[in-house]
Amino acid sequence: MKKWKAFVDRIGLPRLIIGLFFIFLIISALLLGLNSGMILSDIIRRWMMFAILVLAMIPGIQCGIGLNFGVSLGIVAGLMGMVVSLEIAFRLEWLVKYGAGSAWLTLLVALGIGILLSLVIGTLYGMLLNKVKGSEMTVSTYVGFSAIALMNIVWLSLKFQNGELSWPLQGSGLRNTASLASSFGGLLSDPDVVRNTQPAWLQWLAIKAGDVVIPVGLILVFIFFCFVVWLFLHSKQGIAVSAAGENQLFTTSSGIHVDTMRIVGTAASTVLGSVGIIMYAQTYGFVQLYNAPLMMSFACVASILIGGATVKRASILHVIIGTLLFEGILAIALPVVNAALKVGTLPEVVRIIISNGIILYALSKTKGGNQ
Amino acid sequence: MKQNAWLEKIKNWVFDNKVFVIFAFICIGATLVSESPLFFVVDGVFSRIGRNTFTVLALIIPVLAGMGLNFSIVIGAIAAQIALFCTVYWGFTGLPGMLLTIAITTPLAILFGYLVGKVMNAMKGAEMIAGMILAYFTDGLYQLLFLVLIGGVIPVDKTNPLIIPGGVGVRNTIDLTGNMKYSLDNVSMLNIMTFVTILIGVIFLVKLVLSLLKKYQLKTSDYITLGVVAAAYALSYIPALEAFLATNRLRLLDGLTIGVVAVALWQLFLLVKAIFIQRSKGVSLIKPVLGLLLCGAFYALTYIPEIEKVLMMVKIPVLSYLLIVALCIFNRKILDTRIGQNMRTVGLSQSVATASGIDVDKTRILAMIISTVLAGWGQLIYLQNIGAFGTYGAHLQIGQFAIAALLVGGASVQKANNKQAIIGVILFHLLFIVAPQAGKMLFNNPQIGEYFRVFVSYGVIALSLAMHAWKKVKKETDAKAPKNGVLPNGSTPEPDSTPS
Repeated sequence: MKKWKAFVDRIGLPRLIIGLFFIFLIISALLLGLNSGMILSDIIRRWMMFAILVLAMIPGIQCGIGLNFGVSLGIVAGLMGMVVSLEIAFRLEWLVKYGAGSAWLTLLVALGIGILLSLVIGTLYGMLLNKVKGSEMTVSTYVGFSAIALMNIVWLSLKFQNGELSWPLQGSGLRNTASLASSFGGLLSDPDVVRNTQPAWLQWLAIKAGDVVIPVGLILVFIFFCFVVWLFLHSKQGIAVSAAGENQLFTTSSGIHVDTMRIVGTAASTVLGSVGIIMYAQTYGFVQLYNAPLMMSFACVASILIGGATVKRASILHVIIGTLLFEGILAIALPVVNAALKVGTLPEVVRIIISNGIILYALSKTKGGNQ
Repeated sequence: MKQNAWLEKIKNWVFDNKVFVIFAFICIGATLVSESPLFFVVDGVFSRIGRNTFTVLALIIPVLAGMGLNFSIVIGAIAAQIALFCTVYWGFTGLPGMLLTIAITTPLAILFGYLVGKVMNAMKGAEMIAGMILAYFTDGLYQLLFLVLIGGVIPVDKTNPLIIPGGVGVRNTIDLTGNMKYSLDNVSMLNIMTFVTILIGVIFLVKLVLSLLKKYQLKTSDYITLGVVAAAYALSYIPALEAFLATNRLRLLDGLTIGVVAVALWQLFLLVKAIFIQRSKGVSLIKPVLGLLLCGAFYALTYIPEIEKVLMMVKIPVLSYLLIVALCIFNRKILDTRIGQNMRTVGLSQSVATASGIDVDKTRILAMIISTVLAGWGQLIYLQNIGAFGTYGAHLQIGQFAIAALLVGGASVQKANNKQAIIGVILFHLLFIVAPQAGKMLFNNPQIGEYFRVFVSYGVIALSLAMHAWKKVKKETDAKAPKNGVLPNGSTPEPDSTPS
């Protein structure tokens, strides 16, 4: 009994419940005789789709700003990178000039613009957060919301020529969802896209093993960024960042400039956010503008918390486990609920309850995350 | 020299109220740009004051208790919507239906408020983020109840128009037309008067019985109150007055006249008091005289034909406005009670409150309960005025818009009062009314105006939260500075400036 209690304490009750719920869903999916290959593909796809966005939480938590609800800033930077890149591709007629290669070029330009923008925004954002120490999460939630709302105005006033981006017959304004089918949608994750557009030596990017789709390209990108984060955390700079998050007084006395380290961590988190949304859109096949990313930061925060992170400590393993559990539940819940209960909106409700429940739990465990 | 002092004063005022000042400019600019007709703007503002102010006023008590902006008033709105669903489902209509809805909302909101208070006591110092997340979490539970449990677990009548044809879940919109729409707004002044007279009469009777039992001493003021109310009620039998009172909407012109007369009488009273009673104390006469003059000038404005025409056309629902006035009085009077004083002490310093024997946790829970119940009532006032609501969306924006309105009025995380709430509602909703038209005029796209107002509501909250946190950090470092003035080994640290 004592052992059991220690075990629960170590894992945390909500994490245990969510884990058991995941297993319960898998078993019911099998019992209901659902197509296991399709469900497994869906789990892997969603897992990898969100993984880099969730990874963006690590530098934020490690440098001491807590749960970065303001990752929305990185997300809008990434969105901006994508739409600008698509417009450039249209104006310079890359599709005509480079054929299959244009997808790669568009993706790289999107990443480049996104990373540059998010680096600038992230640095400014880090400076802001240094002014509001102790209330970072409250402030960042509303800074994130404001950023999305401000960008709504920007999306609506951009005058782009690319017909896939802008509304037809209107002077200005971008669509709510723009298809990436003619650019880099599914380039790293969809076997059909890869088969149709890429040369033979790139066919490994997305493979089909029986019924199960394995997005090798996407997984490699995730592993690459995990490695980058790992390197960053183990570099001299990264250790300083972590130290700054752990104990500000001690760090100051050992000569590390806490405020600078917090800016570095925040900027890194914002950059990963922009890369994350680009990879998300690539997998999804569409860029979603306007209010679509409004609550995305909540999903990222919830994922890493489910994985076992706290407001002060997080690791790559937390990202991997947390995203699998959170996105896995959502991926299976839909077909299971549809087959068993016929209430299609239930998974969305479950998502809201789980994500906000776990955030509340984490906040209460750390006295509201105040340092 | 004196002019400098004035300039300094104005400068300080502008700096302290920068959110308000900036917003006032945006509002005036947007109104001018939009070129909306005056009637449209005035009518919009007054109908929005009537339906939104109550909820904004519900935010004041938690601020007083030091719990910051109560993002979880959404939960009060949820309680109201659950109650409203029940009464509409059971087929109740009109004022009795609304009274039953209020009777169901109140205990639900008390329960919810108690739970919210418990959670917030577990997260002291992070009430605002807790409130935000708690609101989203409760929204999830609410959706679970309305989408799945109703019909799925709780048996319901499948043919009821509120239920989705399959028999599980509630429809997207609940229409209040024909049952609860305007059930509060349509209560006539005569009925309100009758109710108040009976209420005062009952209170007097209770006091009379108590005094007979020697547990209470009847005061002169009790007799005067009863006399005034009885006289007013007797006056209502004059046919002309009765016809006027039988209506439920007050022409704005009449409302303004009553308001101006009341203010003028009050200023006159102050003047008389200053001249005859407080003469020796050298009380300044400038303020009441100025007040009287302003009243006169303001009333003179209503004779401008264009303004007069608008004022004749705009009508305000009497009961909603009276309820707002009552809540303003409640918010102010609670400060005079022990509970209100306890809340203020807890808000200033929890350790001081504990030392002086106040149960901090209980006081904070009470503040949350009051706020949640008021928010629930506020949502009912709002919904009965609108006349239909989105089952899954009507409550979501309530917290954000109410808080933004309060902040626009010049309130902060630590300070808020009735005046700021009312000014805030006027300015914030003025922007809501004119923004689409202004967007169309400026950018040829009304959608831009709509996005702009949403951005403003988020931005104002972000700005206020950041400023609050900034000040807190500054205060902490300022407080630390003298303590660190002497290093442990007794030597003084190097001064910041280079030694001369």
